Amino acid sequence: MSLTYVLESVLALLVLGAAAWTIAARSAFAAAVGFVSYGLLLSLMWVQLAAVDVALTEAAIGGGLTGVLLLGAVATLRGTEARTNRRPALPLRVLAAACCVLVSVALAVVVLTLPESGPTLAPQAVAALPATGVGNPVTGVLMAFRGFDTLLEKVVLVLALVGVWSLAPDRYWGGHPGLEHRLPADGVLPFFARTLPPLGVLLGIHLMWTGADNPGGAFQGGTVLAAMWLVVMMAGVRDAPAIRELWLRLSLVSGPVVFVAVGLAGMLTAGAFLAYPIAIAKPLILLIEVPMLLTIALALGLLVTGPPERTADPR
Amino acid sequence: MNPEFLAAVAGFVMITVVVGLARILWGPGDADRVMAAQLLGTGGIASLLLVGVARDLPAAVDVALTLAMLAAFASIAFIKGVTAAQDEDSGEGGGR
Amino acid sequence: MSALLDLFTTIALVLGALFFLAGVVGLLRFPDTLSRLHALTKADNVGLGLIVIGLLPQAGSVFAALKLLLVWLLVLLAASTVGQMMARVARRAGPPR
Repeated sequence: MSLTYVLESVLALLVLGAAAWTIAARSAFAAAVGFVSYGLLLSLMWVQLAAVDVALTEAAIGGGLTGVLLLGAVATLRGTEARTNRRPALPLRVLAAACCVLVSVALAVVVLTLPESGPTLAPQAVAALPATGVGNPVTGVLMAFRGFDTLLEKVVLVLALVGVWSLAPDRYWGGHPGLEHRLPADGVLPFFARTLPPLGVLLGIHLMWTGADNPGGAFQGGTVLAAMWLVVMMAGVRDAPAIRELWLRLSLVSGPVVFVAVGLAGMLTAGAFLAYPIAIAKPLILLIEVPMLLTIALALGLLVTGPPERTADPR
Repeated sequence: MNPEFLAAVAGFVMITVVVGLARILWGPGDADRVMAAQLLGTGGIASLLLVGVARDLPAAVDVALTLAMLAAFASIAFIKGVTAAQDEDSGEGGGR
Repeated sequence: MSALLDLFTTIALVLGALFFLAGVVGLLRFPDTLSRLHALTKADNVGLGLIVIGLLPQAGSVFAALKLLLVWLLVLLAASTVGQMMARVARRAGPPR
């Protein structure tokens, strides 16, 4: 039994343990902490399986952003959590457990009985990669071969944000999300919010840029940027912008708009929607990725801050 | 450098992290829980770097950098969450 | 030469793992949150530093080695500031109930 096998078994048990703890936790805050732990451990697992792009996304989204989103929900529900009778009836819990076990067993059976070399398009994708100008097959699939799916994802992201905004009471529409954070300007947290984000911005841009040939991409880079923006807002160094600001709305839609524009231009120059002329494929992909980075960073940051809770400043 | 040795050290570090995590998550009150993100971040980064060298994945350092940033971000969020709860419990209001 | 570097790596990695072990023993044995914080932030970061130093000879290039050092410095920055804030939370929480 090789030591690598031992490491992978330890990791698998850790992931399962973190998941079990998250479900069994007594308070919602503890469960959110467990969820973040689960995400971070899972990203380790992905690196062990040599899927570094997935590991990056898991660390950024699962470990950080979703966990903080859940924390925001915990804070909002703090008042009601103590008053509700939280434990559902025993038959319901048994039924839920049975359904979960059924799904897990079905998934395990499917995964374990997969043929050694199942049907896959990976060799064709890798063979066609030089035409796209990028070296990372994941980026090639995301931005070129399945670019349409990526475009729709970004539209869904903006729509989700609109959905979150629609939860605001009418009188706060157009205002600032979240409560104001008031902290002494020379405290530890504002200091941290001034030193960490510049490094984070560098990392986010690096992740997007290096995604062309190495693991990375605009999505992971955008998530790191969103996390840095949230640190700045949580420290009170900058207030959350009012959602009626024109620059905010234009920047939010810039990603999908540029993507669609390139796609339409592709109909004229290369014969199909979202077809790239081979000579300028890589510059086009970069042209799409830069506004996409901005859209993702803004949308994810605003999704975590939530619907407006204060009126906008009078103009 | 023997990849098995690197994997062994990575596994050892992860086991220490999990034992520490069990203690932290057992600890009374939320004040202990804020340490979870930091512990996972440091230990996870150590294991990541080791696994990255063992499996010859230079991009693992990028994952480690991302993990460092996000662990710091999650720690701040935890701390603010616990501070808000403490503020509410002690009757103070005004700003999170 | 490479055997010497491998020996250096082995020693540094074992020391780093020992510091992680010391950190977790501290986490288990120290009586209150503030001292557990000591064990967490100091011992674990020294352990990480030793592991990074141990991996430096194995890095492919000078750039890769610098990136490894950057990871460690970033974690140091984060741990020191976040540790301060965690201590404040722990002090407010008071003695364990």
